[in-house]
Amino acid sequence: MSTTTTEALSATTLLRFATAGSVDDGKSTLVGRLLHDSKSVLTDQLEAVERASASRGQDGPDLALLTDGLRAEREQGITIDVAYRYFATPRRRFILADTPGHVQYTRNMVTGASTAELTVVLVDARNGVVEQTRRHAAIAALLRVPHVVLAVNKMDLVAYEEAVFAAIAEEFTAYATELGVPEVTAIPISALAGDNVVEPSANMDWYGGPTVLEHLETVPVSHDLAHCHARLPVQYVIRPQTAEHPDYRGYAGQIAAGTFRVGDPVTVLPSGRTTTVSGIDLLGRPVDVAWTTQSVTVLLADDIDVSRGDLIVPTKDAPATTQDVEATVCHVADAPLTVGHRVLLKHGTRTVKAIVKDIPSRLTLDDLSLHPHPGQLVANDIGRVKIRTAEPLPVDSYADSRRTGSFILIDPSDGTTLTAGMVGESFAAPEPVKDAADDDGWDF
Amino acid sequence: MTTVASVQEGTDSPYALSHLDALESEAVHIFREVAGEFEKPVILFSGGKDSIVMLHLALKAFAPAAVPFSLLHVDTGHNFPEVLEYRDRVVAAHGLRLHVASVQDYIDRGVLKERPDGTRNPLQTLPLTEKIQSEKFDAVFGGGRRDEEKARAKERVFSLRDEFSQWDPRRQRPELWNLYNGRHAPGEHVRVFPLSNWTELDVWQYIAREGIELPEIYFAHEREVFQRGGMWLTAGEWGGPKDDETVEKRQVRYRTVGDMSCTGAVDSDATTLDAVIAEIAASRLTERGATRADDKMSEAAMEDRKREGYF
Repeated sequence: MSTTTTEALSATTLLRFATAGSVDDGKSTLVGRLLHDSKSVLTDQLEAVERASASRGQDGPDLALLTDGLRAEREQGITIDVAYRYFATPRRRFILADTPGHVQYTRNMVTGASTAELTVVLVDARNGVVEQTRRHAAIAALLRVPHVVLAVNKMDLVAYEEAVFAAIAEEFTAYATELGVPEVTAIPISALAGDNVVEPSANMDWYGGPTVLEHLETVPVSHDLAHCHARLPVQYVIRPQTAEHPDYRGYAGQIAAGTFRVGDPVTVLPSGRTTTVSGIDLLGRPVDVAWTTQSVTVLLADDIDVSRGDLIVPTKDAPATTQDVEATVCHVADAPLTVGHRVLLKHGTRTVKAIVKDIPSRLTLDDLSLHPHPGQLVANDIGRVKIRTAEPLPVDSYADSRRTGSFILIDPSDGTTLTAGMVGESFAAPEPVKDAADDDGWDF
Repeated sequence: MTTVASVQEGTDSPYALSHLDALESEAVHIFREVAGEFEKPVILFSGGKDSIVMLHLALKAFAPAAVPFSLLHVDTGHNFPEVLEYRDRVVAAHGLRLHVASVQDYIDRGVLKERPDGTRNPLQTLPLTEKIQSEKFDAVFGGGRRDEEKARAKERVFSLRDEFSQWDPRRQRPELWNLYNGRHAPGEHVRVFPLSNWTELDVWQYIAREGIELPEIYFAHEREVFQRGGMWLTAGEWGGPKDDETVEKRQVRYRTVGDMSCTGAVDSDATTLDAVIAEIAASRLTERGATRADDKMSEAAMEDRKREGYF
């Protein structure tokens, strides 16, 4: 294999990011512009868009058409689900979760943000920060997306005025910071004209910062391991039982957080048994160290009982196990979630029976107001829940670990995914009311 | 925990994975989730590059143990002989079990009718879905990628299908973090797409990096072809060339491998993986647009076929 092309193209990292904006903010145009100006749109795709635009009597190619997938959407002219887009520059590969910003699609934004390392929040320069913008900021904060970009769009319609941009950027940044968003980058753009999306704008000399694409290419893909608790949810036990490997027993999983080294003393939860890491296979080759998000197979020094659903953690840094999970959730199913609901809870690789004990509050994202004891959560509601699980779970706080602090609730009757949960306090949670645990009558 | 090397502003930490490592790790995680949660999974294996990469990932995911899945090939009866030969060799080399669902068999029995245009790709749905039902497969791995086509951009990694294998875009479950939900009722199954987040270029780069062998038709070679619908098709008993079509010898290669009647070759002198990758990186046509006649049918063609149970 000679070097050249392959290596030059391979030496890139991957950034997963999400977009949020309302129907009229020009989000489809921004995404279309990113794809088009980064030369990620190929000739036949562009021809299809030109044909479709012409058949609707539009003058030029409507870049928004590049991203509208399903027939139902084309008919309604809105986007109704998360769509994933792929593009690359010589510096980086991108996966974009393109989520609609319409009020009833909170769950899609939560879905897109759950795997994103960066969110682009779009506002219309003429309208500034509106309720919907605050909702997008709140979701980014709630899902702990590390980087937020505020794209102030349609600057061409406000004569490229710096003052308009500065006021919006200041208001948004103050609000997002209050919610705990660690970093906001504000960029003035015109998706329609192409200003500051891929190419720097000649119309806004006063702006000295990066274009949207430059920022996407250079923002650190953060793996801040120094502060991460190491966690390996066991997916599968590998036992060849062949003449060549008569005694091989490996625990396969994707490292959810932190770093594991050969020789580390580890504890297996929920059993609490301890041993040491005697080997790590990184997809066929032995390594001394492995880290998130590598898929590995770990070998342990002692022959202890480990199976799918267990969590391997450092002995000196093990989470507490609990059967009482308090969390902020987003309800994603059409049928409501009610107090007393019997569900399945999937955390990491473990699925357990659970019951919704209490719904202390519902949260309105527009103004972060709390509504005590709503009794139920309907689709797209964000709220606090208390869940009792049939077995102890080693959960982390979502603030510490997005992968081991998150869970989903599943309807046992038809398998529907009901709810996305984030363990621990959210930015909006008041001091939790501790009520006496009531363990009677939970027969699963 | 050792100290982490200090990282320059705007660069990646030493712990950041390359994009291929990240995609590989994600795909392996998906294979292992299915192995842990399903009774009888199967990998759709056509001998095309995406299914070859899928199999390679599955082999890595469970090494040094065997892959705990069998393979399923939907044979249109118009497959390239080079690809069938490759398929059988790989199956034998890894001691795998291969199931074949044959379109020809359905035509011979009068269950399916040959289409006037001779293409058999749309005829694959019934043999596939009946094989899934009769073998009681509960998870079916497909090599589909979300970058291939607009309707696929919304496909889930775990895609629920009812007992008729139908895909209902409104019944698909939100996928949060990396928590896949594989629960299904008896008779339903889940289509699983481990390469969801890969692009064509990623697949080729991975093939190069891993040194994966491919069927010869992916590389430039001399072949007798004729032109139909703007594509170079291979002459053969499937229905070409017709009287008004002329066969000529050209140096071509295939970017995708499917039914001979609707898979077109492109003019190319790329005889090595590096040359192929360079050609793709510079290409201004998407994979399907250049080579798959059936996807050009209409803007909504793929959406309709997915609903019926096509992969």
